[in-house]
Amino acid sequence: MNRYSIFSLARNAVNYHKDWEKAWRSPDPRPTYDAVIVGAGGHGLATAYYLAKEHRMTNIAVLEKGWLGGGNTGRNTTIIRSNYLQDESIAIYELARSLYEDLSQELNYNTMFSPRGVMMMCQTEHELRAFKRTAHANRLAGLDCRMIDRAEVKRLCPIINDSPRARYPILGAYYQPRGGTGRHDAVAWGYARGADDLGVDIIQNCEVTGITREGDTVTGVQTSKGYIKTNKIAVVAAGNTSAIVEMAGVGLPVESVCLQALVSEPIKPVIDCVVMANTVHGYMSQSDKGELVIGGGADGYNNYSQRGAFTSLEHTVTALVETFPIISRLRMMRIWGGIVDMTGDRSPIISMTDVKGLYVNCGWGTGGFKSIPGSGFVFADTIANDRPHPIAEPFGLNRFLEGRLIDESVAAAVAH
Amino acid sequence: MRIKCPYCGERPNEEFTCLGDASLKRPTSNEPDTMDEWFDYVYIRDNLKGRMHEHWHHSGGCRSWLVVDRDTETHEIFGVTTARDYNAKGKV
Repeated sequence: MNRYSIFSLARNAVNYHKDWEKAWRSPDPRPTYDAVIVGAGGHGLATAYYLAKEHRMTNIAVLEKGWLGGGNTGRNTTIIRSNYLQDESIAIYELARSLYEDLSQELNYNTMFSPRGVMMMCQTEHELRAFKRTAHANRLAGLDCRMIDRAEVKRLCPIINDSPRARYPILGAYYQPRGGTGRHDAVAWGYARGADDLGVDIIQNCEVTGITREGDTVTGVQTSKGYIKTNKIAVVAAGNTSAIVEMAGVGLPVESVCLQALVSEPIKPVIDCVVMANTVHGYMSQSDKGELVIGGGADGYNNYSQRGAFTSLEHTVTALVETFPIISRLRMMRIWGGIVDMTGDRSPIISMTDVKGLYVNCGWGTGGFKSIPGSGFVFADTIANDRPHPIAEPFGLNRFLEGRLIDESVAAAVAH
Repeated sequence: MRIKCPYCGERPNEEFTCLGDASLKRPTSNEPDTMDEWFDYVYIRDNLKGRMHEHWHHSGGCRSWLVVDRDTETHEIFGVTTARDYNAKGKV
């Protein structure tokens, strides 16, 4: 692999950047792999990377129906935080956040992690109380987070409407200074380049059309590029996971819905932190290009079309104009939707299944991007050792049957 | 997406609230060995990619419970009926 550095940049500048090698190969699938990962989004590529790096499993393939990073990895609003309520969630999200801190060095790829601080607004007494509870839980877990008052909210984010007469006045905020944003495409590309360098085959435009079993054990996958023999299949396909594991006869407690986001025209820097306003259903940050990146609540019905309802966007924008009056005349440049997989308790599923050799990592709902490195790390360990990683164990499929839910519907950023 | 309510006619989807799969059958037994049926009913979802029957509530209109036959990939609606008729006939 051609390492990226100031020297390689200078060397290539002399040649007008004509000689950069491709960041990853585009190989044809081999007939047999030790493990096949379905879905080349952030989670799938991170899983492949850590399987190769930590567990020396290099005869593996990542299959992708479209192009890598083209699903929810490229459709989220890039927020990274770990201030969840339950201990199990704190463990995995904080693992992910801490891995993000030196991911650029780890991958030799600039993932543009920007710990600019995440503020979660408290706009009703109930919300204030709920976040205080989360703050105490996080403090016990050793997270660097704190409650801040209205004056500090205004100092950190001067464009916010802090009028006490607002429909939903700012009563304070829950602040994680080490949270922030990252460059979502770079995370996918960095992991892809890293995994490819370790020998992983990333096969794009390769759709899985069937899973073959012998008794209770998987034996391979049918794909649009032929049959691939393997004893381990890891499905990491977000909103399409249900449809894929169905091929092996496994049902999941998951429903797919559309979550939309939008960006404004680029403007000068006005907000240098991430603001999430759960009561009014909207969150906002500013990209390095100057666009305001805005997200809101998920649509309330099943959807596989990557296209959401206009009413949800209208709702989000209305709320944000109330919270940030200066954005009222901005033009919105692009809107898009991603299909997120929701579980009943809004926590993910990282699990083995009743079918031997079939592993699932899904149900991340609206919180997938922030968890990519942690999810890949523990899922790789689960696949390599054929037993759940201690951090992944509470997120097993059996938690539903056992009534051991990890309820994060309050801590999640948006209504759904 | 516009839904044709049998009572109110074609109305925009923001007047409606979706309550998910209408084909689920609530188990009638409380015996311990029917826990798998309860597990399926409470948690497992077919999450169909394509046509499915869903409960929709016309919450911003006549407040009747409807069953809508809808494609989750294209949002095409093939039929709407009341939940009462659906339960009697078993189809939309």
